[in-house]
Amino acid sequence: MSETAPKVGESGPRVALFVTCLVDFFRPTVGFAAIKLLEQAGCTVEVPSAQTCCGQPAYNSGDRADTLAIARQVIATFEEYDYVVVPSGSCAGMLRKHYPTLFKDDPALGPRAAALGARTYELISFLVDILKVEQIDGAFRGVVTYHDSCSGLRELKVKEQPRALLRSLTGLRLTELQEPEVCCGFGGTFCVKYPEISNQMVETKAEDIENSGADLLLAGDVGCLLNMAGKLKRRGAKTQTRHVAEVLAGMTDGPAIGESRE
Amino acid sequence: MQATSRSFKDNAHQALNDEQLRRALDNMKEGFIAKRAKAAAKLPEFDALRDQARDIKDHTLENLDAYLELYAEKVESVGGTVHWCPTADDARKAVVDICQAVGAKTVTKGKSMIAEELALNEHLEANGLIPIETDLGEYIIQLRNEPPSHIIAPAIHLNKEQVASDFRAAHVDLPADRQLEEPQQLVGEARAVLRQKYLDADVGITGANFLIAETGTSIIVTNEGNGDLTQSLPKVHIVVASIEKIVPSLEDASAILRVLARSATGQEFSTYTTFSTGPKRSDDPDGPEQYHVILLDNGRSRMLGSEFQDMLRCIRCGACMNHCPVYHSVGGHAYGWVYPGPMGAVLTPSLIGVDEAGHLPNASTFCGRCEAVCPMRIPLPKMMRHWREQEFQKHLSPTAVRLGLGAWTFVARRPSLYHFTTGLKARVLSMIAGKRGRLAKVPLASGWTSHRDLPAPEGRTFMDLWAKQRRTAQRPGQETV
Repeated sequence: MSETAPKVGESGPRVALFVTCLVDFFRPTVGFAAIKLLEQAGCTVEVPSAQTCCGQPAYNSGDRADTLAIARQVIATFEEYDYVVVPSGSCAGMLRKHYPTLFKDDPALGPRAAALGARTYELISFLVDILKVEQIDGAFRGVVTYHDSCSGLRELKVKEQPRALLRSLTGLRLTELQEPEVCCGFGGTFCVKYPEISNQMVETKAEDIENSGADLLLAGDVGCLLNMAGKLKRRGAKTQTRHVAEVLAGMTDGPAIGESRE
Repeated sequence: MQATSRSFKDNAHQALNDEQLRRALDNMKEGFIAKRAKAAAKLPEFDALRDQARDIKDHTLENLDAYLELYAEKVESVGGTVHWCPTADDARKAVVDICQAVGAKTVTKGKSMIAEELALNEHLEANGLIPIETDLGEYIIQLRNEPPSHIIAPAIHLNKEQVASDFRAAHVDLPADRQLEEPQQLVGEARAVLRQKYLDADVGITGANFLIAETGTSIIVTNEGNGDLTQSLPKVHIVVASIEKIVPSLEDASAILRVLARSATGQEFSTYTTFSTGPKRSDDPDGPEQYHVILLDNGRSRMLGSEFQDMLRCIRCGACMNHCPVYHSVGGHAYGWVYPGPMGAVLTPSLIGVDEAGHLPNASTFCGRCEAVCPMRIPLPKMMRHWREQEFQKHLSPTAVRLGLGAWTFVARRPSLYHFTTGLKARVLSMIAGKRGRLAKVPLASGWTSHRDLPAPEGRTFMDLWAKQRRTAQRPGQETV
């Protein structure tokens, strides 16, 4: 496992972007923001075209056979790169923490899964922890708050990295939620399997967000963002919602998540 | 107790619409979480102690047979009796037999989750005995004829006004105009009512937080002192405990005690930690004449060697449910059996079957906060996932879910087909949403849209846009996009 900063030569490390199914479908801007941030930090970014999803829907539904089939496909697609970078804590956690466990008794795939996992990072933690990016030259006018998505926080220890980069933007003021580390109630299939409980959780989260006085809610996972944005809009809240990469990359010209396109 | 875990969704629906319960759950959040965090932060070696505690239990579970035998020998050598009970029925019968052998009428009880698992009160009553709960929370829910809603705070779902009204209804001999607004007044009244019952009881039943193999000792931790009175005043003391409560030595118990109260209530130690070894000796001034241990298996030995063995490390501190956003939303009763929250989501299917309790391991976002605070480092989300795998294999998961997953996987394994279908769907959804940028209703997605809007896709998928950009970039004479 390589934890040291790579030498940024002419072409820099060759990084594969794992777009994730939700970014691909709902929020392509996040993918382009990720590429911009990685290239600014000296990486050569490629987007393998054979990618689809990391397999979490099957994995968390107890469907191990399909999970393994999808994981094999992901390993084969991504293992040739120096790093795999993912604009989602939950999908990065799947590759980094869960693939190695899934294949630990498989003599052929076990080592490959472990090697891929060790080179896979969530976007912001990759910028800060591996590429040693300390600040971003950019600006954002407004008060923002940051929700710690569960997998990023607890599986990958993403906590201070996004805050550090956000604070480096000119004009941005960061305010904390009362309970930034409490789940928003998305939980992948959970939100459709147990909609009433999910609703209670996101209702509590939305109250916390509105009480924070922030103009903009940020997080590192589009799943959580869709859930929170959808609830904030339904409540008629003024708070806007974006992926943290959009703000860091200065790509905030388009409408925020769930905002009208007037 | 009759399990209602199958109706988890209905139970949850009721709980979510119970205003009083919502207030009670809001209150609990604050106290437990902040206090635990403070207690953990104050002890630099807290995480190291968690590792030690985990290792002690792992070692014990690997050698459980030997430690159980050693424990039983020690109990017998100091004059106690061990009753090996493979099932709940065996345990209930053993308790009633002991009570009847001494002609008991009333039985005082300290707080015990094993007694709940045995539905012991109902069983004692059915056999003409009068059980009296002496833990304040348990006493309150006994008056209300309710099961506990939390493993260390059984009446956490209630507020003090409800308790005052229960006391007025139950304690009819006391003056009707007495003050019962303050918690202290409620505690005072319960204490006064219970005092005589301790003295009158023929048998005292307690649980055990630990059983010590090297000495044959049972340990209980309490904050009210009720356990001491329950186990030392009556002629007979019965300990009801499950087999995984064993630890090898007093030193091991001391190590785990250091994480127990901190994780549970944020105390460094509970007010009382009481050690009982056998009945009263000839030169002891007091104590019970008989000391019995009901050693319950009830499905636990099946968990040994399985993917659920780690669950047997659980010391019932309640930290997992105190930190669980699902528990905070629905409370303990919704889980429908003895053990709620994340530990219940793993343990309940083990004890009453996954077909009965299948909802519980599914009703989790896998947020991981339970595992993060578990003093015994039990991988709760991982084991909930194991249950989901068993349900999937046994075809217990809903057909719609299985079909949906099958179709999704089929497409996800075919990147070209995947990109074609997602590209099409994204454009359609985006078009329907139009300038509004979000959808208030989507067919087949009412679970989402009845509670929140669905933000619309931006338009074309990333892969679509990326491919187009690449094509443009590669066209001769058009180097820049």
